[in-house]
Amino acid sequence: MYLTREEEKVLDGDLGAGYEKMMLILVKMGDIFGAERLIPVKSAQISGVSYRTIGDAGLHFLKSLRGVRVSVPATLNPLAFDDDYLKELHVDEEMYKKQMEIIKAYMDMGIKPTMTCTPYYYDNVPDFGEHIAWAESSAVIYANSIIGARTNREGSVSALASAVIGKTPEYGYHIKENRKATHIVDVKFEPEGEDFPLIGLFVGSALDGVPYLRIRGDCTDFKLMGAAMAASGSIALYHVEGITPEYRGALSDDVERITVGRDDIEEFKGAPVDVELVAIGCPHVSREELRKIAEFLDGKKKKRGVELWIFAAKSVMDRSEEYVNVIRKFGGKVMKDTCVVVSNAGKIYSYIGTNSGKAAFYLRKEKFGGANVVVRDMYTLLRSVIE
Amino acid sequence: MIIQGKVIYPGVVEGEAVKCEKPVVILGDVDAKKGTVEGCGKVKDKILVFPRGAGSTVGSYTIYALRYYNTAPAGIIVENAEPIVVAGSIIAEIPTVDSIDISLIKPGMLVKIEKDRVIIPD
Repeated sequence: MYLTREEEKVLDGDLGAGYEKMMLILVKMGDIFGAERLIPVKSAQISGVSYRTIGDAGLHFLKSLRGVRVSVPATLNPLAFDDDYLKELHVDEEMYKKQMEIIKAYMDMGIKPTMTCTPYYYDNVPDFGEHIAWAESSAVIYANSIIGARTNREGSVSALASAVIGKTPEYGYHIKENRKATHIVDVKFEPEGEDFPLIGLFVGSALDGVPYLRIRGDCTDFKLMGAAMAASGSIALYHVEGITPEYRGALSDDVERITVGRDDIEEFKGAPVDVELVAIGCPHVSREELRKIAEFLDGKKKKRGVELWIFAAKSVMDRSEEYVNVIRKFGGKVMKDTCVVVSNAGKIYSYIGTNSGKAAFYLRKEKFGGANVVVRDMYTLLRSVIE
Repeated sequence: MIIQGKVIYPGVVEGEAVKCEKPVVILGDVDAKKGTVEGCGKVKDKILVFPRGAGSTVGSYTIYALRYYNTAPAGIIVENAEPIVVAGSIIAEIPTVDSIDISLIKPGMLVKIEKDRVIIPD
């Protein structure tokens, strides 16, 4: 890989061991993926924030980077709790203390403590065609497919390395040629409601590549579809005709074709049960989703025995106070900084209803509590929490 | 016999080979406190040999945890390096070599890593 004189100097340790390691990670990644050079990135989104996953060792490493600073705007993924709901989320003192130390270590590096999987709403908004280095698979697929920014699926540490150096090796989805469709996904019905996340789960498990779909929906539908695709598989970019900024020219003759029928998505839906928790906001909800939820719940009475938890970025909540107040008055909880997957929710509740295919994918796993999860559209879920 | 590979993190180390035949799901298969890899055994001060890493990218911090809990292997040999192992071995400073045909390495063999080369008994 070609390195500039300045990059060589960083690699030789001129700026210290922390910067040297971060540069070495980018160079070695470039080597294994055949990149010819490093290219500048506009921003980074960093995962590896929860104390539960990175542990004392991760905290130790982050502290060892003392003095290292990011060189481009960088934002953080959600963590295990919202500090306004420590009791409800079963957070002990040790967990709280260690988690705060992790956030502080990131902040000391100049990283914004946004703690959301939807930085693209307000906290870290990429433009079409911009190169970025994002971890968090649901944000990666949204940035690539809905915004038309360019990022690979970065890992916790490689996104951090890119944030520090301000560059990424040029390979994969940074190269226009690699952003073309590899598969046409022929959906045999008009999708609505929960069909979008369910199609996502199916497509993610059925193919590895860049799917091309001809379906109609809005940005929330596609956010939920993409997050599910990225969770059940390794997809980082899809094209929806008329929606994805680069859909024109994405098709060539050399594509495989798969079909999706109603039967194919049924297995991901989950059999109807009386749920104890309705969780909306994986990925975190937009201001628009909060508005719809508030308008539906306004003036209605909450059913006993079922909780309603909504997850959003703090920046979205701050801009939607009127809706948040309506939902709270109804008896729902609106939480920041965390989500149904990374909090203890899956271990506290055994029967969960959600509009997220991604949340269902993880919460059904033993490691996350092995809950019985049903995937339904937002309004069906909301109807199940009212008298 | 000398096998030429690519260096991920440089170093000169020697040890007994511990081999995993299948890709290792780092966040899941590796118990850093005990220093074990599921299905392969203890790795401390040995040369850990496996095809490639898999699973969550947070796995890089699990490799760092092997160093943190003083259970780390002396070196790592992989057939196909991927981002989890690349970032993990660099932050943990574990000498690591990539692009090695691991079928040539038998469990228990005395193996030496010399930067981008692996030396095994003839």
